[in-house]
Amino acid sequence: MAEVSLTGVTKCFGADTALDNVTMTIPDGSFVVLLGPTGAGKTTTLRMVSGLDNPDAGQVMIGGRDMAGLTPAQRDVAMVFQQYSLYPHMTVRDNLEFPLKSPILKTSKDQIKRKVGEIAEILQISHKLDNKATELSGGEMQRVSIGRALVRKPMVYLMDEPLSSLDAKLRADLRVELKSIQADSGATLLYVTHDQIEAMTMATHVGVLDQGRLVQFGAPREIYEDPVSIYAASRLGQPRINVLPADVFAGAPSGAAKIGLRPEQIIQGEGEESFVQRVEHLGDQTRLHLTFKSHDLITVTDAHTELKTGDIVKISPRKPFYFGADGARVA
Amino acid sequence: MSFSVTEPNKGTKWFAGVLVVGYALVTIAPLLWIIATGFKSPADSIAYPPKVVFEPSMEGYVNLFTERTRATDDMLEAAGEPTTWYEEIARDQGTVISGPSRYGERFLNSVIIGFGSTALCMILGTAAAYAFSRFRVPLKDDLLFFILSTRMMPPIAVAIPIFLMFRNLGLNDTHLGMILLYTGVNLSLSVWLLKGFIDEIPIEYEEAALIDGYTRFQAFYKVVLPQAATGIASTAIFCLIFAWNEYAFAVLLTSGTAQTAPPFIPTIIGVGGKDWPAVAAGATIFLVPVMVFTILLRKHLLRGITFGAVRK
Repeated sequence: MAEVSLTGVTKCFGADTALDNVTMTIPDGSFVVLLGPTGAGKTTTLRMVSGLDNPDAGQVMIGGRDMAGLTPAQRDVAMVFQQYSLYPHMTVRDNLEFPLKSPILKTSKDQIKRKVGEIAEILQISHKLDNKATELSGGEMQRVSIGRALVRKPMVYLMDEPLSSLDAKLRADLRVELKSIQADSGATLLYVTHDQIEAMTMATHVGVLDQGRLVQFGAPREIYEDPVSIYAASRLGQPRINVLPADVFAGAPSGAAKIGLRPEQIIQGEGEESFVQRVEHLGDQTRLHLTFKSHDLITVTDAHTELKTGDIVKISPRKPFYFGADGARVA
Repeated sequence: MSFSVTEPNKGTKWFAGVLVVGYALVTIAPLLWIIATGFKSPADSIAYPPKVVFEPSMEGYVNLFTERTRATDDMLEAAGEPTTWYEEIARDQGTVISGPSRYGERFLNSVIIGFGSTALCMILGTAAAYAFSRFRVPLKDDLLFFILSTRMMPPIAVAIPIFLMFRNLGLNDTHLGMILLYTGVNLSLSVWLLKGFIDEIPIEYEEAALIDGYTRFQAFYKVVLPQAATGIASTAIFCLIFAWNEYAFAVLLTSGTAQTAPPFIPTIIGVGGKDWPAVAAGATIFLVPVMVFTILLRKHLLRGITFGAVRK
């Protein structure tokens, strides 16, 4: 396992800038999640590290070695793709053995057998080992695809939305599984997703990307509790942070144009009156859609609340975020 | 890939069925006629009205594979009793077998030239198609158009330049010359067809193999090639059928050593022009290799491209 560092990495595809001067260090043994919407440069970052694409400018280092000019095979990375995960002409076993049989690793037969068996056990696909890859369900395919990365002990694991196509239950199971595999093995893992639950639950560090630029890098709690901008604040938190003009509540600092309120930053029962638009009972929590001075906001309340549409709730902010006109955090 | 298919109704299915069966009969009838003619006697083969029921005879096949001389009574006497069934058939026509015919050699030439050019065409075609599909080739579109343009006229239109070229290069009536010629003619077809098939194979598979520790060539060999098998098989059938059946160039450029079966078969008919059973027998045997080849590769033709293991 190794530390991965990117220094000033820039990549353009024609006129589009996919990555703009990205600098970040992925510490040895960390689980780094890259967050951002489609087109933010998450996958491009993975491809830079893997060597499938090379940066136009900047440097990628893995374990202290400059990767410039090295092929993906020479970099010793393992990658789980979002799509086209398995070699369709091979059985599940062949798929899992494929990386071990590569001319670079040349693993002995016994070892291949042991490793494949181990991984199949962990991912619960032992009974499918002799099936054709095409005969699996989507969930099984993706587990095999993750397994194909895990049979190796590379410098770094790269995963590109590996759980995005799975159903909710399997996704939850694999999330826990992946996290414990990573924690147990001390692997360095760079993981791309746009699912904030994956980011919050698995990551030791989160990198927030916006149009090719890395806007914030830190622990998930740090980004949640201390976002640098409206954009970064919006990446994490369910329901999303409410952004309103700063002057709707008294006490905004100078230079603040917007106020950002997460549900726990809204105290209910004191302050100014708001109007209940809608009440959503989600089971473990209840969401309140409020109208406050003609602005909509969403917060969370007690699961067994008696509130209903048309009621009046008093609200006031508690330690809110303030942002400038450009979206950057001012307080 | 998602699409919806509406189940055709019963009437449509019947109509389609009748159409397919009708078309199959029309295409198979001449084939059956040729096969039947091979087993007729020369008299039956030109009988009018044509005979559908006839007494089968191996005369055509014996005549196809042997050289015979007309024998006088003395010669027949001297030759003694026929020892084999084919000698007996020749004797019945008043001839003795003087040796094997050239059909075997010509047939072998067809096999060497047909399969040789198909193999070469597949190797070059797959390599070119892969390059066009995956790499940034300078002037790619122009090159592809140039390759296609080589088929914009019938190949025989350039017969005379090719004849002169072959004569100067010493390729006239050689196996190598015919293999090169048929490869040249088929290459544009194979590059274009194979490029289509390779384009369909997602590049992610190769990228996965590159990351799994393989070189570009190994990734091509282990991941792309098996998935392109379907395309390669069907393209190979097209190429083989052309090279196998080609007549005009074969007449023009081969006469002896490298003569293929198509220009040879018509010469079997003999001076009298009545030995249709031997011609039909030659044609029947000539059909076999392409049929076997197609049946062997049928699995690939039917299987379609493996879309199963991908999530789209």
